[in-house]
Amino acid sequence: MTDTALHPGSAFVGHEDHHHAHHDADHKPGFFARWFLSTNHKDIGTLYLIFAIVAGIIGGGISGLMRAELREPGIQYLGIWAGMLHGGAQSLDQSLHLWNVLITAHGLIMVFFMVMPAMIGGFGNWFVPIMIGAPDMAFPRMNNVSFWLLIPAFTLLLASPFFGSGAGVGWTAYAPLSTFGEPGPSVDMAILSLHLAGASSILGAINFITTIFNMRAPGMTLHKMPLFVWSVLVTAFLLLLSLPVLAAAITMLLTDRNFGTTFFDPAGGGDPILYQHLFWFFGHPEVYIMILPGFGIVSQIIATFSRKPVFGYLGMAYAMVAIGVVGFVVWAHHMFATGLSVNTKMYFTAATMIIAVPTGIKIFSWIATMWGGSLSFKTPMVWAIGFIFMFTVGGVTGVVLANGGIDDYMHDTYYVVAHFHYVLSLGAVFALFAGFYYWFPKMSGKMYSELLGQLHFWVFFAGVNLLFFPMHFLGLQGMPRRYPDYPDAFALWNKVATHGYEIMAAGMAIFFINLIWSLIAGKPAGDNPWGEGATTLEWTLTSPPPYHQFETLPRID
Amino acid sequence: MPKRMKALAIAAGMGCAALSGVASATPAAPPAPQTAAPAPQAAAEGAGVSNTAPTSAAAPATAAPTSPLLAQDGAPATTIDPNVGLPIDGRFGLQPQVTKNGEFAHWMHNDVLVPVITAICVLVLLLLAWVVFRYRRAANPVPSKTSHNTLVEVLWTLGPVVVLVLIAIPSIGLLQAQFKPAPAGAVTLKAIGNQWYWTYQYPDHGGIEITANMLKEKDQVAPGERARTDADGPRLLAVDNRIVLPVGVPIRLITTSNDVIHSWAIPAFWMKLDAVPGRLNETSFTIEKPGLYFGQCSELCGARHAFMPIAVQAVPPAQFAAWVAAKGGKMPGSVAPSAAVIPQPGAEGSKVEATQANAAEAVTGPADNMAAPAQSPSSAQGATGNPAGPGNAGQ
Repeated sequence: MTDTALHPGSAFVGHEDHHHAHHDADHKPGFFARWFLSTNHKDIGTLYLIFAIVAGIIGGGISGLMRAELREPGIQYLGIWAGMLHGGAQSLDQSLHLWNVLITAHGLIMVFFMVMPAMIGGFGNWFVPIMIGAPDMAFPRMNNVSFWLLIPAFTLLLASPFFGSGAGVGWTAYAPLSTFGEPGPSVDMAILSLHLAGASSILGAINFITTIFNMRAPGMTLHKMPLFVWSVLVTAFLLLLSLPVLAAAITMLLTDRNFGTTFFDPAGGGDPILYQHLFWFFGHPEVYIMILPGFGIVSQIIATFSRKPVFGYLGMAYAMVAIGVVGFVVWAHHMFATGLSVNTKMYFTAATMIIAVPTGIKIFSWIATMWGGSLSFKTPMVWAIGFIFMFTVGGVTGVVLANGGIDDYMHDTYYVVAHFHYVLSLGAVFALFAGFYYWFPKMSGKMYSELLGQLHFWVFFAGVNLLFFPMHFLGLQGMPRRYPDYPDAFALWNKVATHGYEIMAAGMAIFFINLIWSLIAGKPAGDNPWGEGATTLEWTLTSPPPYHQFETLPRID
Repeated sequence: MPKRMKALAIAAGMGCAALSGVASATPAAPPAPQTAAPAPQAAAEGAGVSNTAPTSAAAPATAAPTSPLLAQDGAPATTIDPNVGLPIDGRFGLQPQVTKNGEFAHWMHNDVLVPVITAICVLVLLLLAWVVFRYRRAANPVPSKTSHNTLVEVLWTLGPVVVLVLIAIPSIGLLQAQFKPAPAGAVTLKAIGNQWYWTYQYPDHGGIEITANMLKEKDQVAPGERARTDADGPRLLAVDNRIVLPVGVPIRLITTSNDVIHSWAIPAFWMKLDAVPGRLNETSFTIEKPGLYFGQCSELCGARHAFMPIAVQAVPPAQFAAWVAAKGGKMPGSVAPSAAVIPQPGAEGSKVEATQANAAEAVTGPADNMAAPAQSPSSAQGATGNPAGPGNAGQ
């Protein structure tokens, strides 16, 4: 366990004296206690990552069903699938309803059960304590609760189509479609699923904020924290402030559905638009919750493989803070078609465009970090560079959509679908893969296959661009979202997109082959496979790190 | 399953016309089942409008009642322009626009936004390509340690600010134009969303009421039910009853819903307005070109969300007046569209004096036909019933 071999140029100086605790540091409990009663941030992080991979396979598989159905005009498979799900032949309406169930499940799974658990629960749990020189999270048992709340949450969502006809209300669950529009237990189960997932995230956010504020090693001031820790800190605040609003909104849905309240029912003095305000007050910060940790991951990787410190560190940190703050006051740009007043629309147009400024600072700062560096193009770096460009493409279409007057055309069309998949599927997911390849050697102690990693990148890159770029054209020709069937004039680009999905799926197959092969036969990674550019504390530990690290705190100069 | 009928369509010109004639034969006479249906005789008495063209149209040999939407030979007067008003396969860009605001927005998108965002993407791509090439480890083995440059950081903060301000100027102008209230003399169309069809009312035209259902394909209809033909429009876009609107006259669109939220959208008008139960949303636009314009429901509303299209037939004002008469409605007042501004109750910065408002009221008719008060969340004025049967007259 000589885990403190420091590399030249390291910004941090660890202490040698936790050798002494060596015999205790790697004592692991038995299998059940270790994985089911865990209080260890690394084990919980691993559980989160496994969970996210499973959810990603399900959510990605559902999008495969969607692309198969959309491959050609007409209803091809929905009737068959509805028959398989509910038994026997199904009416046309039930087949069409299954479409709405699929899009709802895809959205909810990818947001709440794939991206968030992977980014925050997975990488956050694994590396925030290590990067700030802490032995674990502040509340290890609460950490475990956070993870295990996700299991019933996910189970409720996955079970909902089998109790009733499934929740086909969209991930946004707009009232009144989600109140009197869909009776039966399915939507209630989906709502309770979100309650549990939200509670899980709120507990996690409290844990991260407490950990980062109180458990930094001596000398690790806020302005010395790695940018990934900054990103998780800002994200945790967004979670803490936005999720209670979602919880309130969906609780009102629940009582409107079951207990006779009329929060969103005009017949009782309520207002359907109120639900949208509440939802998007959560929903817009939520999109930054999904991308900010990705910003942090990319910052670490760009600096590591450029062998240079991050350019404009303070600007980068406070750009994330600014994105988080402004992210709370732009929510109604999701509601431009609901009949907002002219002044409201002007305000939300202007406020939304302001977000492009801190985002631009981040893009330029990443490029400036590479400028003058000594770049090596290992798999994580390739994913990170891909992230920068793809996120730029997704960001600029966001500037188009920010214009309330322009949005009258684009709103609820495939242009919006293209936009948010560019920032999420090509933004957040690229960052996830970058982080996975970057930290896989540290977490597992084994190297992945560089060849397969590069191949995964290029196949996936080609696939997702072919999948999502034509959606801009569909949107510009007016194709609305959430359609199981479309006029024949949208056939070409839908077909191209489905082929893109097939290529993307091949890329994912390469990823899983790489993952399994590396876990079985990967070469030992060594403490720091990335060389002198990797200056954060995790690279001072062994790979994998000892079961308990930093029993004697490192001292940061 | 989606067997198209293009081959059929080419040869179907006359066939379609005949079909339309048959369809219009049945219900041309009875006015819309409306409680306060005005006397049809009073229709089109105005000086500014003329219904002579349709009534004088020589009925074809079938002796079908004259429909103002049919030309002399009984063929539909408005045919589908394959380049305007509907999506086209394989296209990259926006649909052509036929409203002033649409043209403005079209210009802003194509000539302001697309060049700007393309330039940003190209700039980032070139910078990335340069650093990847110039600073690869082989070319630059010793990295610099530069991590700050105040000047460049200020520049890349202020640069985007300037670009965004330049975008914001036309953007705010577009919003102002879109929110300009409809003037007096505007034709009011009320679109009501239902699961899963649209009903329409013309409150200023004797309460004409129209129900528009999507036309199904030939192999999906029950015996005797009307199936879609290519003259009706493309699959999933054609409806049994198009709404008819005049060109060159401002249209005041009011949307609401009887059940869940729907959204009334026509890409060629640059129009999308949610139909929300319990609310009346209002906007206005002026169609500048006769033709057929198709749109689709744009807010998830349940199973058949994809199957409640919107079809607008824009015709010259005289033909519109004739159509109103044929529907048993009547044109409001006898005054041609005037420039008087109807005050928008509660509208921000309404400069209209009360006297002017009264004057406008006197010209345009009863106040309850005026702009729906945007601030009063009155309950939905429901469409009465859904005669969701096969299509009726006029198509």
